[in-house]
Amino acid sequence: MSSIRTKIATKSIWVFHISCGSCNNCDIEILDCFTPRFDIERFGIQLTGSVRHADVLLITGAMNKKAVPRMKKVYEQAPKPCLVVATGQCALSQHMFRFSYNVDQPLDKILPVDLYIPGCPPRPEAIIDGIVKLTEKIKKGKPR
Amino acid sequence: MKIIFNYLIFPGFVFSACIGLLACWFDRKLTARVQYRVGPPWYQNFFDIIKLVGKETILPQQGKLTFLFSPYVGCLSTVLVATILGNNIFLGPGGFNGDLIVVVYLLIVPAIALMLGAFASRNPLASAGAGREMKLILAYELPFLLAVVAVIIKSGGVIQLSGIIAHQEYYGSNILSFSGVLAFLVAFLCIQAKLGIGIFDVSEADQELMSGVLIEYSGMPLAMFKLTKALLLYILPIFLIVLFLGKDLNPIFIFIKYVALLIAIILIKNTNPRLKVDQILRFFWGVPAILAFSAVILALLGL
Repeated sequence: MSSIRTKIATKSIWVFHISCGSCNNCDIEILDCFTPRFDIERFGIQLTGSVRHADVLLITGAMNKKAVPRMKKVYEQAPKPCLVVATGQCALSQHMFRFSYNVDQPLDKILPVDLYIPGCPPRPEAIIDGIVKLTEKIKKGKPR
Repeated sequence: MKIIFNYLIFPGFVFSACIGLLACWFDRKLTARVQYRVGPPWYQNFFDIIKLVGKETILPQQGKLTFLFSPYVGCLSTVLVATILGNNIFLGPGGFNGDLIVVVYLLIVPAIALMLGAFASRNPLASAGAGREMKLILAYELPFLLAVVAVIIKSGGVIQLSGIIAHQEYYGSNILSFSGVLAFLVAFLCIQAKLGIGIFDVSEADQELMSGVLIEYSGMPLAMFKLTKALLLYILPIFLIVLFLGKDLNPIFIFIKYVALLIAIILIKNTNPRLKVDQILRFFWGVPAILAFSAVILALLGL
């Protein structure tokens, strides 16, 4: 029963997108995934406006000090089995903001990250590849 | 026993939910094709509902009861409408005197449930959405009721659905007369407002209210609301078919008429921009209300 449920969960992923001080390039590439050329709605993936509907939090940006508490609040508001995906080099490793005065730590020191999508910005193909890996991960193990 | 079977399985919950979810998929698929996309597979909406049932339900601090029960109230009332309509069109003449009035009343209940739930969630965006939903009801109810009244007058004051169908079976569909055409156009606009899609998507506005009235809902209640929307997408065109296109009601013709109405609704949704809520109010109390009123007068004159 639970295996069927996880299989269904991989076919219907609703994404909530949080930008924690990104330069907007990752966000544009995420939007590109929903355009006719890539069209990830055919896998059942939708962007939602509200965190309460989200299954996946797609977090971009360099985690600056102002954004981090708000992002934590948003994570707490999400209904729980909820996965976190770090998108873009900034969210992964702070990239060029590593020694910046307003950035403390990368995303995986703050929230439990389930998937990393590298790239500056990641191409839509990379994001789709990441989604495939995420579904495989959900199928294999229990989602958090 | 038969009533419970009718309510839960055949023209009621299971059947109408399946048709409604398939109609929702058809909506998404056709929208995707209009935008040169591929679109989701046919089971997508079923999977969405099943997934939402498995998710956590987050409750607000106060007003938990209203918040939890309003989705069920909306869903149950739509299922009741589906049962009444389905009994009349699939299982032959039946029903009781006045079931048209009951259907018209029950069709308002989902919107009221949506408003109650949104106000109970105490979210400012949800409140804004609920206020807009209220104005939307004020806007479309007047022309919709006038259109229904025109149909009642045309079929000789009968307020029973089977009576209206029988009248159309004998004299030809209501849409083939002048008053019928006008009333049909008005009712067609009103059901789009009742569905809250396309031009009239003000309460759930994804663009600025972030799915407005549903913003605080998660898990099972959200699934209930999605199911209610799907059921409405099945019920409202069927209601139009019963009122205006009631001749030759065998399943094949019902299916053809239903799909034609659905395609028209979806294409209008995809090719038109959204209106603001004050524009909607002005629109509905303007031309459609006048059209519906003239339809009533024409029906009184026997045209």
